[in-house]
Amino acid sequence: MINEYNKDLYKDDWRWFEDGYEVTRTSVWTGPGCHNGCGVLTYVKDGKLEKIEGDPNFGYSQGRLCLRCLNMVENIYNNDRLKWPLLRDGEKGENKWKRITWEEAFNWLEETYAKVCDTIKNEYGGIGPEGIVALSGTGRNAMWHGAMCLRAVFGSPNMAFGFLSADSCYQPRMTANLMKDGDCWILDAAQLHPDRYENKDWKCPEVVIVWGNEPLASNGDGFMGHWLIDLMRMGTKFIVVDPALTWLASKADIWLQVRPGTDCALAMGMLNVIINEDLYDHDFVENWTYGFDDLVERVQEYPTDKVAEICWVEEQTIIDASRMFAAAKPGAIQWGLAIDMQIAAMEASFAISDITALCGNLDVPGGNVLVRYAYNSSKKYGCGLEFISQDMLDRRIGTKQSPIHNAGYTPFIPPDLLLEAMETGVPYMPQLMWVHGTNPIANMGGDAPRIYRAWKNVPYTVVVDYYLTPTAVAFADLVLPVAMSVERDSFRSWWQPLRTITASADRYYECMMDEELVFYLGKRFNPDFFGQFETVRDFLTYMIQDDGNGVDYTFEELTHKVYDWWDFNETYEKYKKGLLREDGNPGFVTATGLYELSSPLFDVWGFDPLPHHMEPYESPYRTPELYEQYPYIYTSGHRHIGLFHSEHRQLPTMREVHPTAIADISPEIAKEQGIKEGDWVWFENRRGKCKQQAHIAPGLMPNLVRARHGWWFPEREAAEPSLYGVFDCNANNLTTMGVYGPTHYGAPYKSSLCKCYKVTPENDCSPSEIVTRGGGFGGYDYTRFEGD
Amino acid sequence: MTTPVSKETSEYGLLIDYEFCTNCHTCEVACKKEHDLPVGQFGIRTLEYGPVKNINGDWEWTYLPLPTELCDLCAERTAKGKLPTCVHHCQSGIMYWGPKEELAAKLAEKPKMVLFSI
Repeated sequence: MINEYNKDLYKDDWRWFEDGYEVTRTSVWTGPGCHNGCGVLTYVKDGKLEKIEGDPNFGYSQGRLCLRCLNMVENIYNNDRLKWPLLRDGEKGENKWKRITWEEAFNWLEETYAKVCDTIKNEYGGIGPEGIVALSGTGRNAMWHGAMCLRAVFGSPNMAFGFLSADSCYQPRMTANLMKDGDCWILDAAQLHPDRYENKDWKCPEVVIVWGNEPLASNGDGFMGHWLIDLMRMGTKFIVVDPALTWLASKADIWLQVRPGTDCALAMGMLNVIINEDLYDHDFVENWTYGFDDLVERVQEYPTDKVAEICWVEEQTIIDASRMFAAAKPGAIQWGLAIDMQIAAMEASFAISDITALCGNLDVPGGNVLVRYAYNSSKKYGCGLEFISQDMLDRRIGTKQSPIHNAGYTPFIPPDLLLEAMETGVPYMPQLMWVHGTNPIANMGGDAPRIYRAWKNVPYTVVVDYYLTPTAVAFADLVLPVAMSVERDSFRSWWQPLRTITASADRYYECMMDEELVFYLGKRFNPDFFGQFETVRDFLTYMIQDDGNGVDYTFEELTHKVYDWWDFNETYEKYKKGLLREDGNPGFVTATGLYELSSPLFDVWGFDPLPHHMEPYESPYRTPELYEQYPYIYTSGHRHIGLFHSEHRQLPTMREVHPTAIADISPEIAKEQGIKEGDWVWFENRRGKCKQQAHIAPGLMPNLVRARHGWWFPEREAAEPSLYGVFDCNANNLTTMGVYGPTHYGAPYKSSLCKCYKVTPENDCSPSEIVTRGGGFGGYDYTRFEGD
Repeated sequence: MTTPVSKETSEYGLLIDYEFCTNCHTCEVACKKEHDLPVGQFGIRTLEYGPVKNINGDWEWTYLPLPTELCDLCAERTAKGKLPTCVHHCQSGIMYWGPKEELAAKLAEKPKMVLFSI
């Protein structure tokens, strides 16, 4: 027989012995960073991880693994990894440290906490703890840990992404979901069922639209990209919306090569066809939607010929794609980050969501299904809000300026306004940045040089990470080393199923699990609450039981179950069955109980209740004079297969696959600028410049460049001015902070302008030096832009 | 003319449905880890054709994983009853290990497959 897993070797037990190894069946999530949580078997000898394999007995990943996990041993035992707590022993940026004990680190934190509270009370008339701001990265298993350190341990309400301008990663799409139907929808690739494609209720989608993402590389939002290959092999047809020719686009029946930042217009054009050609699901519209007539009127403003002009797509292709998707029973959309990274992020999310809803795909098998965190235990960024009083919530930075933030639809404060507070000291100067698993100046922070300057105004910074990062070297007073996934006792409740993460290897040197960090800090700072737990596992039991909302068993039991599939997430058409609303009535969790094609809440907040196109902040049409100077469209953030954002740059195996920052430029630009494959090129606009190595990418939109993000060089000098070369190739020398749509969501990471030319001995220089020694590129006006 | 036949051929081979190879590098890295291969050494390496617009107007972007001289079909793993690590971990699930005769029968099932006799 071909490819049969040997059932005697691959057991469904949680731990066994094999060939002198202790084998543990568990899942992994952070580190390495990733949005997935694949199933693994760890092979451990004398407390040391020697081998790792994919677990064939887990429906989510079915034995597959990517290079991040396959390369786990190299990552865990890398000599560059932090071994013990470090206290700064020189000026910030000098990379001088002294080794301290955890006890000394906690003492330092206690003393510093007192100073922070005094300053906030005495100089700003505040309460005290709000002087601490926690920064988090994306979708790693450090989301609730940073949140708990901030809220349950220190009692501060100020949590933000690591300067991800306008929360431009999944937050616009999720918020749109909350407005439209009250729950998040995802593409149903049978991942909610333990038996996957064998499940009798599941159907294979006939057509999938991959919109604004390359899941094979990104695996975004808990969606394993290669499930799309499974679907393709079962006969699913693809429509791909992407300005670049991705591998999936090359296999698609229809490829819509959309101009970056115009996705809302494209979606409205498709809705125009679907509505005017009467291709929508009448039963769904009549019984389950609110505001259809308003939408019908609005889409008339988006005839396909006009949309074709806005989006730079052939009119007939828009019509064909609309008809093909509407005819699919079921069809499904796999949407992604590019939708979030434009000023019309919320508007595009509304319109794209309406396409799948109007075509009758919501919560049907093989469509876009409504999901919740397994067993409703929402252990993510919102953790610990119950520890924050209303008075303290009122002290949040920037929140009152944004209706969505103010109404509590997000646990975050607006990062752009946090940056302004760090520049102006209004309403108060953040005193301590608690950086929990994020490396903002290397990765997600827009206009990284501006962040660098502002951050130098903040008195204290603590970084919790695996390695010394440019962020740690530039700003940290204290660096705390944390354990990687196979060294951690933890869990994952993001979508389905509830998964154990069981510690199977000894922790590297003095690294602490993030879970232990919360626990031990809690014992120091908030003994009233943390006193009830004797062990970290007691605390984890509390977390998965979630005050009666979660499961009814202990963490220990979860490690033995390994996986627990929640029947709610396996159920289809929940809105018809009264499973969504607290009152038990059929319908969605919205004010009207219906899917809101027009949003009454947006109307109340003074936003447009229907989707509308906004021309990108910098574009051939909004800023034609700028377009003359900067004739190329600049995007960043497309993923590397196997790298997660700014991670893994220390690892020889990963660097063999991805040696440096290699950007895509179109063959047309290469010709215009005399650029050859492998040449180093400058990308430059009015905010700054960076250099990357050129790859000439056939099929790229002719005036498009795609810069790589997350690049820094652990092999280079850590101390400033080099700072691991973090600003040399930094895609975010050209992006923005303080530019977003009217809802405070969506920044133009993927739709600004630049010029591109060869690096020569005459024009070569070090952007890292310009930023760390010269104060930045200069000359840019930081007036806020808040949409039309 | 007769074709010389190498003295020893394994009974087993590797069948790859390369139509769906995405160049995810999983086979390369899984192999490097299993055989402890240093930087620059591969037991399997993915080759690329494209992306190119063919004369018929369609885009082609094809990858083909090529087992190298260092490939031993994971003799140690298969002796224990495991699959070769590339086959086990392939993210597209397009690699098959088995007796060549069975693989040859499978090869006939669809186009764009390639059978390696290792």
